[in-house]
Amino acid sequence: MARILSILVGLFFTVALAWSFGKGAYQQITEPPAATAEHEFHLLPKEVSFASDGAFGKFDRQQLQRGFQVYKEVCSVCHAIRHVAFRDLAALGYNDAEVKAIAKGFQVPVYNNATGEVNTREGMTTDYFPPVMYGGQGTPPDLSLITKARHEGPAYVYSLLTGYQDQPAELLKKFPDSKTPDGLHYNPYFANLNLAMPPPLTADGQVTYSDGTKATKDQMAKDVSAFLIWTAEPKLEKRKQTGWPVLGFLLFATILGYMSYRNIWAGKKH
Amino acid sequence: MSFPWAKEYKPSHPFMQWMDDRLPLPRLVYNSVGGGYPVPRNLNYFWNFGFLAALCLVLQIVTGIVMAMHYAANTQVAFDTVEQTVRDVNWGWMMRYAHANGASAFFVVIYVHIFRGFFYGSYKAPREMVWLLGVVIFLLMMATAFMGYVLPWGQMSFWGAKVITGLFGAIPFVGEPLQQWLLGGFAPDNAALNRFFSLHYLLPFVIVGVVILHIWALHIPGSSNPTGVEVKTESDTVPFYPYYVAKDGWAIGVFAILFCTALFFFPNALGHPDNYIPANPMSTPAHIVPEWYFWPFYAILRAFTQDFFFIPAKLMGVLAMFGAILVWFFLPWLDRSPVRSGSYRPLYRKFFFFGLIPAMAVLFYCGGAPAAEPYVMFSQIAALYYFAHFLIVIPIVSAIEKPDPLPFSITESVLGHDEGAQLRPAHGATEAVHGEA
Ligand code: HEM
Repeated sequence: MARILSILVGLFFTVALAWSFGKGAYQQITEPPAATAEHEFHLLPKEVSFASDGAFGKFDRQQLQRGFQVYKEVCSVCHAIRHVAFRDLAALGYNDAEVKAIAKGFQVPVYNNATGEVNTREGMTTDYFPPVMYGGQGTPPDLSLITKARHEGPAYVYSLLTGYQDQPAELLKKFPDSKTPDGLHYNPYFANLNLAMPPPLTADGQVTYSDGTKATKDQMAKDVSAFLIWTAEPKLEKRKQTGWPVLGFLLFATILGYMSYRNIWAGKKH
Repeated sequence: MSFPWAKEYKPSHPFMQWMDDRLPLPRLVYNSVGGGYPVPRNLNYFWNFGFLAALCLVLQIVTGIVMAMHYAANTQVAFDTVEQTVRDVNWGWMMRYAHANGASAFFVVIYVHIFRGFFYGSYKAPREMVWLLGVVIFLLMMATAFMGYVLPWGQMSFWGAKVITGLFGAIPFVGEPLQQWLLGGFAPDNAALNRFFSLHYLLPFVIVGVVILHIWALHIPGSSNPTGVEVKTESDTVPFYPYYVAKDGWAIGVFAILFCTALFFFPNALGHPDNYIPANPMSTPAHIVPEWYFWPFYAILRAFTQDFFFIPAKLMGVLAMFGAILVWFFLPWLDRSPVRSGSYRPLYRKFFFFGLIPAMAVLFYCGGAPAAEPYVMFSQIAALYYFAHFLIVIPIVSAIEKPDPLPFSITESVLGHDEGAQLRPAHGATEAVHGEA
């Protein structure tokens, strides 16, 4: 009885699935889904490597400072990094006076309880990077976590910044309806190929690095990506550095554990 | 409970004697995980996973309690308090990564633990209650993990909560009011976040309670073993301490190495990037997927794409998704084979390795893939086999299969002979006399 009931319930689900499968397969054959421009022209991020990659990876502080400079002079016009406080910048190798000066260069909002007005004052080291007001097309996302919030984040940011190009003629031929709309910009690394952000890094030498590094577009893109790896996970270096002694200890303890296991079970067949 | 040759607890220190007379806690420990608990000598490494599961549960509770000290269940700030924990709390990053990856580790361990049960027939008499409590634990774990994932209030938190609570909306008549009652609103918001936090804090302790029952129930007949032949004499067993303490001990080491490798070097590998974006009810992610450990059941949910007679496709999916786990409750009565272990069941074994395992693998893969072809078709075939396996194949196989000959005893299977047991009446451990290893 239980068996018959079970088989009936089994048939209920399997027949329903077979029905779904059959109809799906039929649809697939009669009306195969149309190809889309996104599907054919979207590219995965380029190969690029950073000093912080790998199990022994460490931040290149010089590069983080350059990246911060690119962020400050270029990206910060539209994008905030609200999870980062000015005091955090000490980790990039700036001294107290430099951190203070950087904070001072930003205006942070203060709400006046008496008048209800929002005014601004100079930033202090304890402040977080202030919000950025933006009136243009699209909504520039906060960048603090961007390299964790995208697949292969660091390579994605680098590829996006260096990936602007004219729309391929082939694409327009195949998908005439997919012409990049006015005000958007073609970039094959962006999921739907057209994004509102205009190319931010337009010319070599757009920022002037104080450490003598040549500010090519490629270099600036790499540096700011490195900086955004740091903003997304300031503790990355510490994490990797903690991992090794922990694994070393565990390996040692596990070998001891294995030896005592062998010792205790010696002579006991199992 | 336990076998007649189990050693009795004899306090050696006067304090322990004093304690034992008043609250026999040391005795309980001795009889549960000490020298007083005889365990089959032939357990393989699959029997370490129950212990590892308990370890994971403790790890989750400890890291979770620390994180709760820095978390605020408010949609305005939840995301930021988690980020602050990671950035500014001493070792906060480690607590968070340990808790997130700990959930994954817990499910890896539990899936092995459950599939050990499937293969070795651990759910059969006299361990049905162990199994039933196990399925209850699994359901509680899924509820806990689901609500935990909502707490950081990222994009996947919000949209996952919306999709999963939306499933209740598929229930006829009461669905929609029920969904609103569960959420405390029309969509996940502050009310939902608060109750999820409350329950996410509560349920792990409920799990602890059910685990205690689970182990209590297990200790009545004692562990089964890879042969599935019940313990007959003392030579079939070894005391838990020191034998299995040593074996579990070194298994913990291996587990900890793998876990810490993930924790310190690949902490985000199993997470979804979208959950590093704060929840935004106005922007739907391209693909809404739950955490990897829900993928098989999510694939089953999405496999039902067509209405079935008068039952809407969505309701079918919901029925099937819950049904896929609920069938486990009936397993002890669907599988009537008197032989427990898959090692002695040639036909069952074939369906296990070439049916259930591949079907599960496909469901895992497709559950994480976009809801598009060919993934939906693959999951339909795999889900079809999944239900057929439990509800059709197992009852039929267990009726027609001719099992391989079983060893006479555990001792015989290990040593090739068992003089001790053959001399004595073979029914029931209670009648057996002390044997020598
Ligand atoms: C928090 C979760 C769980 C914990 C801490 C736990 C703990 C344990 C422990 C310590 C054992 C004895 C050692 C071993 O056989 O590995 C055990 C055995 C067992 N567990 Fe669990 N368990 C959990 C969840 C589950 C689930 C979800 C299931 C099934 C759906 C399950 C089914 C069983 C069965 C059938 C046995 C007996 C195995 C045998 O003797 O052959 N357990 N459990």
